[in-house]
Amino acid sequence: MKETPVRIPHILSMADLSREDIEFIFQTTDRFREVGGRPIKKVPALRGKTVINLFFENSTRTRTSFEIAGKRLSADVINITKSSSSVSKGESLLDTVKNLEAMAPDVLVVRHPAAGAAQTITRMLKARVINAGDGAHEHPTQALLDLLTIRDHKKTLSGLHVGIVGDIAHSRVARSNILGLQRFGSKVTVIGPKSLIPLGIEAFGVGVSYDFKAVIGDLDIIMMLRIQGERHDRLPFPNLREYSRFFGLNLQLLQKAKSDVVIMHPGPVNRGVEIAPEVADAPYSLILNQVKNGVAVRMALLYLLSGTEE
Amino acid sequence: MTQILIHNVRIIDPANGLDLLGELRIKDSKIEAIGEKLDKLPGDEAFDGKGRVLLPGFVDLHVHLREPGFEHKEDIQSGTMAAAAGGFTTVCCMANTHPVNDEAAVTHYILEQSRSKAAVKVWPIGAITVGLKGERLANIGELQEAGCVAISDDGMTVMDSQLMRLAMDYAKGFDLPVITHSVDANLCHGGTMNEGEVSCQMGLKGIPREAEDIIVARDILLSRLTGCRLHVAHVSTAGAVELIRQAKAQGLPVTGEAAPHHFTLTDEACQEYDTNAKMCPPLRTCTDREAVIQGLADGTLDCIATDHAPHAIVDKEVEFDQAAFGILGLETAFALGYRLVLDERLSLEKFILALTAKPLEVLGKTYSGLKPGAPADLCLVDLDAQWVYRTAQSSSKSRNSPFDGWQFVGRVVHTWVEGRQVYAV
Repeated sequence: MKETPVRIPHILSMADLSREDIEFIFQTTDRFREVGGRPIKKVPALRGKTVINLFFENSTRTRTSFEIAGKRLSADVINITKSSSSVSKGESLLDTVKNLEAMAPDVLVVRHPAAGAAQTITRMLKARVINAGDGAHEHPTQALLDLLTIRDHKKTLSGLHVGIVGDIAHSRVARSNILGLQRFGSKVTVIGPKSLIPLGIEAFGVGVSYDFKAVIGDLDIIMMLRIQGERHDRLPFPNLREYSRFFGLNLQLLQKAKSDVVIMHPGPVNRGVEIAPEVADAPYSLILNQVKNGVAVRMALLYLLSGTEE
Repeated sequence: MTQILIHNVRIIDPANGLDLLGELRIKDSKIEAIGEKLDKLPGDEAFDGKGRVLLPGFVDLHVHLREPGFEHKEDIQSGTMAAAAGGFTTVCCMANTHPVNDEAAVTHYILEQSRSKAAVKVWPIGAITVGLKGERLANIGELQEAGCVAISDDGMTVMDSQLMRLAMDYAKGFDLPVITHSVDANLCHGGTMNEGEVSCQMGLKGIPREAEDIIVARDILLSRLTGCRLHVAHVSTAGAVELIRQAKAQGLPVTGEAAPHHFTLTDEACQEYDTNAKMCPPLRTCTDREAVIQGLADGTLDCIATDHAPHAIVDKEVEFDQAAFGILGLETAFALGYRLVLDERLSLEKFILALTAKPLEVLGKTYSGLKPGAPADLCLVDLDAQWVYRTAQSSSKSRNSPFDGWQFVGRVVHTWVEGRQVYAV
């Protein structure tokens, strides 16, 4: 394979990726998907390459997904978490990253509670950086795997109406998905109590609704988000029970939806709050397809960013 | 014995109705004479002004000199050298040092250090509350006696309205102005930049403009209740400008200041997570910036004050969320303000007043400016000089300016304090 046509050295924001970039990433993903179905789930593509997963926030899915993706490509994958690193000894992000850089990694996968952390890191690094979630800013690899999952299911990414429901204010997943879906001409409506919809969201060109019941019938895809309790020091609604009543997705509310609607959730799911268990486990729920696609998309990104000849 | 004859200069001092091509003699620490042509006296040391503009030294009501306590960011010597480089001959330093300037001993210390180390005059501002904690009044009378020219909990807002009322009532009795840093701490709630489209897109927690407006409105009402002079620091919102305009129209003793960054930049400067664009109150929208400029032009905002806030690299080269609020301001204030003059948004006269006579008026002090017998606090500016600001060459100990690398027209080239040259480009 020739030089990567992904124009950018890092995956920081969906705003940096053109429709062509995304389509190219998906073509690459398609070539890696079947690896996960093999008895020996490994190809040598990134042999001798080093991938560091630098996670300053807790994560199950994303970190494991990147680790498996790297290992299936034969890269050496190192995981660093906040509690296992010198950050817990007071080392700054800058110093942590400079020290890691000195060990010559090829790709750094970074999750951090501060918006912009991944971008800040790129200013001091030669390694390629993948943003695995920075505060409430973006989570581009999640958006890519979500787009892929939608495309798998709907055979298109254009002309759809996607509702993103819940804690929009704190959601990097929402921001990345809005940018990605708009690249393909799909419409996005963000839904939630007004106290969870950030001021200025209209500038993204999205619809806004505070009434889930009223808009659910228009949606082709419903993307449910978790209430990020850890980022609220004061609940922006009375309590979870009331939240669930107005903005949770249950079977009764689902009756109003289109017959071919599909449900997505980036995880972690708080069953019984934003989504009823019967809905999360139903056939029209793509939650586990998302997770499965996550590995393939991240294989493609690691492969493309480390620029290896096949 | 100093005796300098500055010739070949345009001498401007709007407050004294002065604008002439002429000469000015400094004798010892004072201005001895001003005229179109002065007789040469024995002992005159000639200084060729090369046709540049001689102005009264500027007065900055709002700086952070960081001493005592944070000398790794700035100290009285480095901060006042930066002031001199910016044409300032007097700076008022805020109380958020360590220890806080909430008692006479700290004020004495600052003045003592200034006597031996400062390049320009230093006028301390005392705290309103002990430790800036907003819990009980500092010894305001003793602070004034020790030399404080105003009181402020700058950096913190006195959130307890009753305590603020007491402070203003009490300060009124001492004829001290109260300077309000107006950000509703609850509404601000961990915000790091202006709340709006840019903060939403960047995923950063915003500070709504109303957080400022609410406190400005409250403190204006308290000024009405107490009769105390209120000065609103670093006005950043269109709403606050309008509130001050209305207060003035009602004849209330309310004044306001504009910081150069607020009349120059908007919240878009935060993009790329540039921590040198992080300050409090934050950079706002275009509408707000225009309102601040309009406020300066129509006199709603009395003066330009820099909010010079040095921070070390370790305070700024971190995640945006964690970065300290504040930027350098002393060395770029004149050039940034002069942009408004060049853009014909502000007259040269108003601009000079906002840096000279107006800040003294805010403090209730007599302005002498350029006249015989007045202290020879002067600066010489080259209005045509094109130059590039480089933080690497700053006199400050810190480097946190969003204007690093900016190309400017108009530069301070010489500064004298009481006849002593404290800066030459």
